[in-house]
Amino acid sequence: MSNIQQDSDRLVAMQNSPEFARLRKAYRGFAFPMTAVFLSWYLLYVLASGWARDFMSTELWGNINVAYVFGLLQFVSTFLIAWLYERHMDNKVDPLAADIRAELEGEAAR
Amino acid sequence: MSANVFAATDVSGGQQALTTILFLSFVAITLFITLRASRATRTAADFYAGGRSFSGLQNGVAIGGDYMSAASFLGIAGIIALYGYDGFLYSIGFLVAWLVALLLVAELMRNSGKYTMGDVLAFRMRQRPVRAAAGVSTIVVSIFYLLAQMVGAGALVSLLLGVSSDTAKNLTIVSVGALMIFYVTVGGMKGTTYIQIIKALLLMTGATVLTLMVMFKFGWNVSDLLGTAAEKSTDPEGFLEPGLRYGKDITDAAGNLDEKATLYSKLDLVSLGLALVLGTAGLPHILIRFYTVPTARAARKSVVWGIWIIGSFYLMTLALGFGAAALVGPKAIIDQDPAGNTAAPQLARVIGEDYFGTTGGTIMLAFIASVAFATILAVVAGLTLASSSSVAHDIYANYVHRGEAPEGTEVKVARIAAFVIGGVAIVLSIYAQKLNVAFLVALAFAVAASANLPAILYSLFWKRFNTSGAVWAIYGGLISAVGLVIFSPVVSGKPPVPPSTESPSLVTDPSIDFSWFPLDNPGLVSIPLGFFFGWLGTVLSKEHNEYKAAELEVRSLTGVGMEKASVH
Repeated sequence: MSNIQQDSDRLVAMQNSPEFARLRKAYRGFAFPMTAVFLSWYLLYVLASGWARDFMSTELWGNINVAYVFGLLQFVSTFLIAWLYERHMDNKVDPLAADIRAELEGEAAR
Repeated sequence: MSANVFAATDVSGGQQALTTILFLSFVAITLFITLRASRATRTAADFYAGGRSFSGLQNGVAIGGDYMSAASFLGIAGIIALYGYDGFLYSIGFLVAWLVALLLVAELMRNSGKYTMGDVLAFRMRQRPVRAAAGVSTIVVSIFYLLAQMVGAGALVSLLLGVSSDTAKNLTIVSVGALMIFYVTVGGMKGTTYIQIIKALLLMTGATVLTLMVMFKFGWNVSDLLGTAAEKSTDPEGFLEPGLRYGKDITDAAGNLDEKATLYSKLDLVSLGLALVLGTAGLPHILIRFYTVPTARAARKSVVWGIWIIGSFYLMTLALGFGAAALVGPKAIIDQDPAGNTAAPQLARVIGEDYFGTTGGTIMLAFIASVAFATILAVVAGLTLASSSSVAHDIYANYVHRGEAPEGTEVKVARIAAFVIGGVAIVLSIYAQKLNVAFLVALAFAVAASANLPAILYSLFWKRFNTSGAVWAIYGGLISAVGLVIFSPVVSGKPPVPPSTESPSLVTDPSIDFSWFPLDNPGLVSIPLGFFFGWLGTVLSKEHNEYKAAELEVRSLTGVGMEKASVH
């Protein structure tokens, strides 16, 4: 296996290959926009806690106000994004990664 | 029920004995497991990474164990009990942070690293400067966190066992330190992981039992629980809304809104929020957990499990905090500890008494108190392991010996480092006892977010990034975060809160004030600075290793050439 690590040209070629570009896109295409989404959503919550106090203290059911619902939604979105990410990686990214790995390791064995 | 539920004279002998017995059984079980784990610890991969043979679920529970510190168990419950809604902000930041670790860091790190955070940072760089920087920031972050935990342990034992002498506190710190050194030197990552798992299960059990008791008491009516908590609080109007503790509206002596102070207070809230959400994925003791599983896929599963466990736990802290406010009341909590750290144990006693009489209260308190000790012990073990691994692997093997340390010496050095770091932490904690060191946890997160995270993300995602960039990012972020805190109100210049004449800052003499940075938390400024320095250092240097960059990217995404699990 150690000759894989030494064979740098092959890795550079792989890095520039269309199949690796597909893998990179499959991963980044999900991870990057989703990171932007959850960070903005979280930041919105923090900013609302600081500057939109009236909105946050609007009571919805009994003593439960918008701030609690907003906070609980952060939990819900975290669980949901974790689940979506796991599903995406399992189904869309792992097979691409496995193919490339097999190709590189197969070449190395030859 | 007396208002002061466990002032020194009020702690019953029975409860004291029971807490001690429960805690000693935890210690006995963990010592046994550590000794067993030591027999399966032969190679460096065993010592540093538990042989990479834990399952995703096991490591997920262990992640929960490493992460849910006394600060989140006792601290957040206490903040909610005293300040209501604002404690919730903390738990949300702590949880959402895991998405950064899951989406951007965990799997790529597992594929490309070996034992430490420095492995990934130095992968495509010149080894020595980056190894040194990674070692320094790992040790700084871990020691800050460690000190806060150990000083907390000293304070906790006096509250929970009703002994307040300095000797007892020092003895606690020394025993906690001795145990963590033993766990790490003997059990390595394997032993430490099992301890995290047991601790996480205990903590989840304790929190679930308390939550169910609170919810049942209020007939599962959340609104009723919140209402009762607010009525009992010092500020029934504001208790259920944001703003009692963070982002406060500050008024001057005449009662007018001080706009500048209010703005700073709100910016401090944003700063804290940023440090919490971006710090987790830069905490070395969390990062090395990703190496304990066989594949990137298992690393992914373990973080998802971790998110479920940590999320459920933080939801329960709401019930604990508001339950304590409603059933114990803020006066009794403040009498015991002005910071509210004993709110959860006090709740355990009150609600235990409510359901099962005095004996029930005693048993519940003893149980929760021993869970709290187990929590501290497990977290300090994880921190000691992370920092001693970095000393041995980053500094000794790769900086001093340039990757060619004599066979078999590296793990020996790691064990010696655990002794030294443990010893230093014990001595520093004994001296730091009289100081208000709670800010050190927030500072550890700020340094992790400002120094480690920029370097990790640039390494993994920016082709052009180079040695100079990595070194600038780490030292730049580290110095900005620590420097800003030194000149912040945390260290000097907070006005005394009557009736006390001492400043709540680290420097308690109110006449000494060298603060000029207005925020308690440096994150808002130091995190962008860390990213900026990483960029600047990169563009100022022409160095670029195309081959290693290709290797890192291909390897991090596919797992080609990754470190395999060891087979026993």
